[in-house]
Amino acid sequence: MNERALQQFQNILGKEHVKNSTAQLLAYSYDATANFQRMPEVVLSPESAQQIIEILHVCNTFNIPIIPRGSGTNLAAGTVPYAGGAVLLFNRMNRVIEFDQENLTITVQPGMISEDLCKFVESHGLFYPPDPSSMKISTIGGNVSENSGGLRGLKYGVTKDYVKGLQVVLANGQLLKTGGKLAKDVAGYDLTSLLVGAEGTLGIITEITLKLIPLPTKKMTSVAYFHSLEDAARTVSQIIASKIIPVTLEFLDQKTIVAVEQFMKIGLPTDVEAMLVFEQDGDETIVMKDINEMTRIAKENGAFITQLAKDEIEAEKIKTARRVALSALSKLRPTTILEDATVPRSALAEMVRRINKIAERNNVNIATFGHAGDGNLHPTCLTDVRDHEEMERVEQAFAEIFEAALDLGGTITGEHGIGEMKAPYLEWKVGESGIQLMKGIKAVFDPNNIINPGKIFAKETKKRVMLHV
Amino acid sequence: MSKTGLMQQSFEHHVSDDLLLDCMRCGFCLPSCPTYLHMGQDETQSPRGRIALMRAVRDGFIEWDSSIERSFDLCLGCRACEPACPAGVQYGTLIEQTREAIQSLKTPGIVEKTARKIAFDHLFVEQKKMGKAVSLVKVYQKSGLQKAVRKIGFLNLFPKHMKSMEAALPPVEKPVATLRKVHTSPLKVAFFTGCLMDTLYKETNGKTIALLEMLGIEVTIPDGQKCCGALHGHSGELARGLKNIEQNIEVFDSDDFDYIVNNAGGCGAFLKEYEKHLSTEKGQRFSQKTIDISSVLIKGGLLDWLQALPKREVKAVVTYQDSCHLRNVNGVITEPRAILNNLPGIVYKELPKADMCCGSAGIYNLLQPELAGEILKTKMYHVKEINPAIIVTANPGCLLQMQAGIHLENLQQNMQAMHIVDLVYSIIKENE
Repeated sequence: MNERALQQFQNILGKEHVKNSTAQLLAYSYDATANFQRMPEVVLSPESAQQIIEILHVCNTFNIPIIPRGSGTNLAAGTVPYAGGAVLLFNRMNRVIEFDQENLTITVQPGMISEDLCKFVESHGLFYPPDPSSMKISTIGGNVSENSGGLRGLKYGVTKDYVKGLQVVLANGQLLKTGGKLAKDVAGYDLTSLLVGAEGTLGIITEITLKLIPLPTKKMTSVAYFHSLEDAARTVSQIIASKIIPVTLEFLDQKTIVAVEQFMKIGLPTDVEAMLVFEQDGDETIVMKDINEMTRIAKENGAFITQLAKDEIEAEKIKTARRVALSALSKLRPTTILEDATVPRSALAEMVRRINKIAERNNVNIATFGHAGDGNLHPTCLTDVRDHEEMERVEQAFAEIFEAALDLGGTITGEHGIGEMKAPYLEWKVGESGIQLMKGIKAVFDPNNIINPGKIFAKETKKRVMLHV
Repeated sequence: MSKTGLMQQSFEHHVSDDLLLDCMRCGFCLPSCPTYLHMGQDETQSPRGRIALMRAVRDGFIEWDSSIERSFDLCLGCRACEPACPAGVQYGTLIEQTREAIQSLKTPGIVEKTARKIAFDHLFVEQKKMGKAVSLVKVYQKSGLQKAVRKIGFLNLFPKHMKSMEAALPPVEKPVATLRKVHTSPLKVAFFTGCLMDTLYKETNGKTIALLEMLGIEVTIPDGQKCCGALHGHSGELARGLKNIEQNIEVFDSDDFDYIVNNAGGCGAFLKEYEKHLSTEKGQRFSQKTIDISSVLIKGGLLDWLQALPKREVKAVVTYQDSCHLRNVNGVITEPRAILNNLPGIVYKELPKADMCCGSAGIYNLLQPELAGEILKTKMYHVKEINPAIIVTANPGCLLQMQAGIHLENLQQNMQAMHIVDLVYSIIKENE
């Protein structure tokens, strides 16, 4: 790292908030993505937007890449340094700025832990629905940058549906405010939407205003097992067609069920092709009606066991299978790669079948679970990074899975983002014109390409594979 | 060979590649880690960060330096990350292996060498020697023979703030009165006396036996038992500790008892994991039979008996600080709480964040007094929220630390820390 730049960072932040020991650099050289790691040159912990503005001036002067990072839970290598540079932390920017119960909004700093935010508003009878599985540790800033989804996405939508306004430091050091508390606001381009899910490549988010809704009073959970994938998929389609939008509708395939049962011994039937866990929340009478109706639809479509949870303890038991799915699978092989292909609901069964065929053809072990209600599947590959030959087959299999998802009208990522990991596949989804337009937008926001460079856009696009399914 | 090269070799030799690979880097461990939370959410001071460092040293990805060593040194070893980990990473084993890898390359200074030798070859091997040393500490306390005690390096093994705990240390042990037998039980147990528990807290051991016998449980104290070896393991001296493990497994190997009972959470966790260090049939049997005092008291029918006692006027608010190892390694969470909830004459209140380490962590509070102090401060903040008359613990280290906390906050007029056995015993004695 340039000595003068380092000195300037220290002047801005004070020495103790500029970290560059070997251990510190190493500890910020990775995120939750398997097989991605690169060392930054310095780690910075600002406490205000003003300090971030000053940091960006230094970065521009010395051409230092800057990588904003929440808790590093993302699964697409979005926060792994691409070419050294400064990792920017938000651990000192984690406060509530304003809680406005009249307008039902909350304005927070990006470093706040998502679960802390949820608990805070819930203690006041309000609800912030997006619930990524990592919410215990992920930051709200990270959620906004990745446009994170979650288990409640089907009914309540994802992070972008709740972001009303942002304060952002742009690459040139200017402070930008977008949106606000208004329910209606059509003044110019919707920059808020552009910045949500931009994966920290367009600006540094320093304040977030979120929409809140009333907290539902009642929640009920049920489970159904199926001998055929098609039956499960038909159940999902029919539930929605019956004008029921459950809060959660989760899917586990046979491999996942077997792994969970081996791991937890909770008495799951292992000879089934699929299980669905569904949950409804809201007003008590409506919840009852919906959950009974969903159980009826499941039975009508071939579910041979259904079970309604009597109370919260039983509901927890039912949800255990879905919650421990990843843990149970991760026990089977040294390396676990969780992917994120999404298809229209109607193509759910077809997609799972294709995933299984692709795994078989490439001789790799892939189990699938995910959010059936929104078609967001998590094919999870169990492998060993030390086996390079196998890793090549894994990569090939995933390329084929992305191809299959697109072929069925889906996408290459439903909630994890592109990051560095999926950059070579983005063009498959958005086309050449899409890439050119996105690159143009990036260049306007960040002409020197210093904000999280190397993400979203790959040097080259992977060749599309020819599928024989 | 360079320091980095040597360290890499040592890590390759000691630290398991397979165990490292279990980590998916998901970060779910972060909110459970006291050092991560107390050091401004510093990833360097998190389980995920430390595992990444182990991996990087082992792979030769980074140059070895003091910043890396410091990250390993600052780990409390509380293992709160283990229950939080979705992938079941054996962090406790990894940090033990790491400390061994580092320790095996060290040429300690004369003072540390002496202290380690006294500690790991003598003190924490045989109870008799520990007994002598503890009485020396007591002499020290009474006569101020600071130099003499310092010379043997013994105090190095105790918290820096031990001075403030003079008053808290039990004076001359009184023989423990037996309790009236209230039950008959087919259970037969062997009692693991432990070194600190059998010296500094000998009275608690006496009361442990009295409680077991009250329930009609037959108690044997096998001869020739040694310190469990946990402190060796946590300090990178596992090879020295292995002798203790072997001997303990041998002297406790008998069909005559159903359980091997201990009353110190830290020891209990290490005993439970003997099979990891000695994976023989005997080793496995030892680990399977290991049980903590609260669990065995419940198996012996303590709760039923307590529930049948006449109701008494509530005199004191009591809370409970988990022993990290009892909770995170042995999974004993509900048992001590069930006992406290059924004791007559007290009202039990759950301590906020009772599952967070108190900062004692073996000899951590001596080695890292600053951070241990910070962690204790947070702990006392939560204690003051419920302002109990008694803080109950189930491990000598935690007991000392909570006593220190009470003194630091100047609360000793209205608050005391007690081992769960001492509290149960005293309440039952009162009721006799």
